[in-house]
Amino acid sequence: MAVETLGAAPRVRVAPWNDPVVRGWAFQIVVVGLVGLLVWFLVSNTIDNLTNQKIATGFSYLNREAGFEIGDSMIAYSPASTYSRAILVGGLNTLKVAILGIILATTFGTLLGVGRLSPNWLLAKICEWYVEIFRNVPLLLWLFLIYKVISEAFPGPKQAISMFFGSLFLSNRGLYFPVPVADPSHKWMGVGLLVGIAGAVALHRWAKKRQEATGQPFPSIWAGFGVALGVPFVIWLLSGAPHHMSWPALKGFNFEGGIVIQPEFTALLLGLVLYTSAFVAEIVRSGILALHKGQSEAAMAIGLSRGQVMRLVLLPQAMRVIVPPMTSQYLNITKDSSLAIAIGYPDLVASINVTINQTGQAIENILIVMAAYLSVSLSISAFMNWYNKRIALRER
Amino acid sequence: MVNKFMAAGIVAATVVGAAGAAHAGKDLDAVKARGALLCGVGTGTAGFFLADSQGKWTGLDVDICRAVSAAIFGEADKVKYVPVTAQQRFTALQSGEVDLLSNNTTWTLTRDTALGFDFTGVTYYDGQGFMVNKKLGVKSAKELNGATICVAPGTTTELNLADYFRSNKMTFKPVVIEKVDEVRAAFFSGRCDVYTTDASGLYATRAANAPKPDDYVILPEIISKEPLGPVVRHGDNQFGDIVRWAQFAMIEAEENGINQKNVDEMLKSENPVIKRILGVTPGMGKALGVDEKWVYNIVKQVGNYGESFDRNVGMGSPLKIARGLNELWTKGGLQYAIPIR
Repeated sequence: MAVETLGAAPRVRVAPWNDPVVRGWAFQIVVVGLVGLLVWFLVSNTIDNLTNQKIATGFSYLNREAGFEIGDSMIAYSPASTYSRAILVGGLNTLKVAILGIILATTFGTLLGVGRLSPNWLLAKICEWYVEIFRNVPLLLWLFLIYKVISEAFPGPKQAISMFFGSLFLSNRGLYFPVPVADPSHKWMGVGLLVGIAGAVALHRWAKKRQEATGQPFPSIWAGFGVALGVPFVIWLLSGAPHHMSWPALKGFNFEGGIVIQPEFTALLLGLVLYTSAFVAEIVRSGILALHKGQSEAAMAIGLSRGQVMRLVLLPQAMRVIVPPMTSQYLNITKDSSLAIAIGYPDLVASINVTINQTGQAIENILIVMAAYLSVSLSISAFMNWYNKRIALRER
Repeated sequence: MVNKFMAAGIVAATVVGAAGAAHAGKDLDAVKARGALLCGVGTGTAGFFLADSQGKWTGLDVDICRAVSAAIFGEADKVKYVPVTAQQRFTALQSGEVDLLSNNTTWTLTRDTALGFDFTGVTYYDGQGFMVNKKLGVKSAKELNGATICVAPGTTTELNLADYFRSNKMTFKPVVIEKVDEVRAAFFSGRCDVYTTDASGLYATRAANAPKPDDYVILPEIISKEPLGPVVRHGDNQFGDIVRWAQFAMIEAEENGINQKNVDEMLKSENPVIKRILGVTPGMGKALGVDEKWVYNIVKQVGNYGESFDRNVGMGSPLKIARGLNELWTKGGLQYAIPIR
């Protein structure tokens, strides 16, 4: 055979300092060594400085009593809890606002993005103005504005606006509404909800298969909702329909009972959603515009309704363009939620800041907060990358 | 705010980077080489540290910075003021961003030890109190069960508050906002029933920030001891000594009747105590490592403690805070200077 591949060429003997392979390795070793030295220098220098100044180090403070109160907590917390618990409370609050923010911003942003493409001139213009106004003003200013409006515009608790025959109360302390008193059946209702959701997914799959086989549509969305909510409802009936509610009532300074959505949370969530949905809208619009208009024309030609064209033909294809930039927006929501500290929502950064101040251990605490944001962000990225692969164009 | 938080990060990074920041005498040498004292003050509390429209800082805590500058340089104005929030201040001092904190910092054991600091004295004996709107009709802090309370984060205030309510078996909802202006705004807009901070701060806030000062009342209970004083970091004892004795000099001057007006006269005094204080009999300055005229410079340019108190927070100011615990020990207060001899 006369064909000779490049890799199989006989090696010419050269001095090692002229050999590209040896040189490549040598450079890499030098670079790794230098980086290692730099890290070692920074770490050992820090430790030296800290010991010289007799500043306490290590993570043992995490088990000490925190001693400060937190205004909004999803888990049991009191000033007698530890610092680690206080940080956890803050972390959960950050997650709560980030997850709700992502869901709401996606929904609202998609509606806006589709709205901008509407043939209805008024609707399209309103959406366009919305996008331009919200994305061109810094988020921090929106947060201040929303928080100021809530705390200035609503009356105090004693003059609270009462709605729905005295079951809802709106004041500058937040929105109070009644909740069912804790009951053992709630746990089983939760399990029932999960079973119901699984059932709804199965129903949807079956309906799709049947439609592909016979062409008969089945209202699987509505039926799915019915199944998902029906199962816990039946469990509730079976366990004797416990209907004790905890009603909010004015007592002393404030309302007691029920559940409250605090103004700080509302302001932060609203700010994040209104701001980010403007970006989401543009991403959705660009995704739809990236499709050839033959797609919608063809879909309409076979008699699909406008909604069906969007839902069945355009959006699934647009998703391929939409998902990657959307990931950045989700990460932005998570990170921007740290602006909470400006309006007093007790998020992760707030807990960490107080802990830094009470313990003086800035480096340890900043490492914790960095690790927390990094792991949340990487999880979101990983999920979105998985989803992106799933919807990617499969070439056959 | 986030940039504040990032600032804390940068400061932490500076601790990482600064090579051997703390050696004996280094802080004083750095101050002298720089030609200016970097003094960490708060972002603005009337009477204690507040910049006017020309950027000129005044206040009781500012006077300490000026006194230290007068002792080191012979001039009270060689100070660069660095406004830091309650949350940033310790990192700022640890990392060397400021030489000295004089921003109403409460002296506690943890801060004096684990944070790597030394407190040099008590410039103001304070205690934490509560301010409420008169409309609520509250007469005592014991009636505050269930109240929503506005508080600035990262201070002993936050801890005392939780302790007080725990020990009285009461509950409260905190609203914690980093910037003190925002905390006050939240209180005055009615978001909270109560605003809590050191009593001095309550008086200052009521006088300077309340839309109608008469609508607000400060409750009688003082729930904590808050000895406020200047802070330096471990590592340069000489610098710490100068800060400590600059304050003592102001108190000692008041005790001996030396003030801004008569200090030149006093140079001619035959009283051996006064001669020693003002450096007419040399020795004290040398021992401290500063000019022999150090007390003269402080009193001449800044005034004695009583003058500073009166001008900034006392009857000569809008705050009108009575001397109370901060009266000299000879007049029933707690201000007691260690003798200069």
